[in-house]
Amino acid sequence: MTIYGVALLAFCFLVGKLMGTLLGVLLGVNGDVGGVGFAMVLLMSINLYLKDKNWVKGESKQGILFWSKMYLPVIVAMAATQNVNAAMSGGSIAIIVGIVATAVCFLLVPIIAKIGKK
Amino acid sequence: MEIIEKVISKNGLLFAFLLVGIIMFLSSLVAKHVFRNKIPGVAIAIFTGLFLATFGGKKGLSDIPLFSGLALLGGSMLRDFTVVATAMGADLNKIKQAGLAGMVALLVGIFVTFFMGVAIAYAMGYTDAVSLATIGAGACTYIVGPVTGSAIGASSDVIAISIAAGVIKTIFVTIVTPLIAPSIQLDNPHSAVVFGGLIGTTSGVAAGLAATDPKLVPYGALTATFYTGLGCLLCPSVLYFFLKAIV
Repeated sequence: MTIYGVALLAFCFLVGKLMGTLLGVLLGVNGDVGGVGFAMVLLMSINLYLKDKNWVKGESKQGILFWSKMYLPVIVAMAATQNVNAAMSGGSIAIIVGIVATAVCFLLVPIIAKIGKK
Repeated sequence: MEIIEKVISKNGLLFAFLLVGIIMFLSSLVAKHVFRNKIPGVAIAIFTGLFLATFGGKKGLSDIPLFSGLALLGGSMLRDFTVVATAMGADLNKIKQAGLAGMVALLVGIFVTFFMGVAIAYAMGYTDAVSLATIGAGACTYIVGPVTGSAIGASSDVIAISIAAGVIKTIFVTIVTPLIAPSIQLDNPHSAVVFGGLIGTTSGVAAGLAATDPKLVPYGALTATFYTGLGCLLCPSVLYFFLKAIV
């Protein structure tokens, strides 16, 4: 059943968000710290476990794969709902800060990626 | 015409599916025939989305009632839901291997971005620790900025700058990632984990990696999801106090 896959995905999502929010409370931050990350690790672990038992079959898996493919359209819709005008009217300081600080981090990617690489 | 509008506004989410479908179809045609697949269709679709957003207001195109369904389709709930779903294609072992690098990337990313923001704000005439910290936090993400600003009592125009800086970052990352990816060796899961931690804006990382190579999305999203929370933790506390001590 397709819905089993969707339900499993929703379960992982909600548990992950719950863990992220609890971690947020523990750290004294009003919000979700790493909820999506916890949900992803949970989904991967459950998937691995069920695969060994040969439980994830055809249709159920399709329920998850469908949503993973819907990811691109969601991103396009997200782009269309950004406050682009405010970003452009934030003045030169916002533009310079946003671009320069980010560009430096781009350059750090290959350096930090050396850690733990075989 | 009125009836059409009524049907559409009652079924906003479905109209958003149709709209995004059309945008992506046309973008793939443009990518194929105009750019000969040198620029991915997804990148063009995302850019088109950003352009369309200029016709709206605070919530982009979805401020126009006819297009309000886009806010649901592109909102954080479905974004996070679909991002989690991409984990099905990710390799747990590769993530374990990149774990340490990812954590280092998160901390370095927040520190470097914060202090770069502070340095630029200082060079442009801001001298008080509160404004400097708020703008530095805004350089992290458009959520860290206002959270930090209100926590330490920044003025509303400085908070507005911090939000704008964060949104600029998201847009910049979205557009530039596919272009710069080859030169920063962003072509494997390990680098994607580091990239997510260094850059941190979930929307930007997700959109940028999607336009680069969709297979890398789960790896980048995994670390990026910790960034805003960590930023909200560090910026108004440790980093602000440090700044206050030196200015």
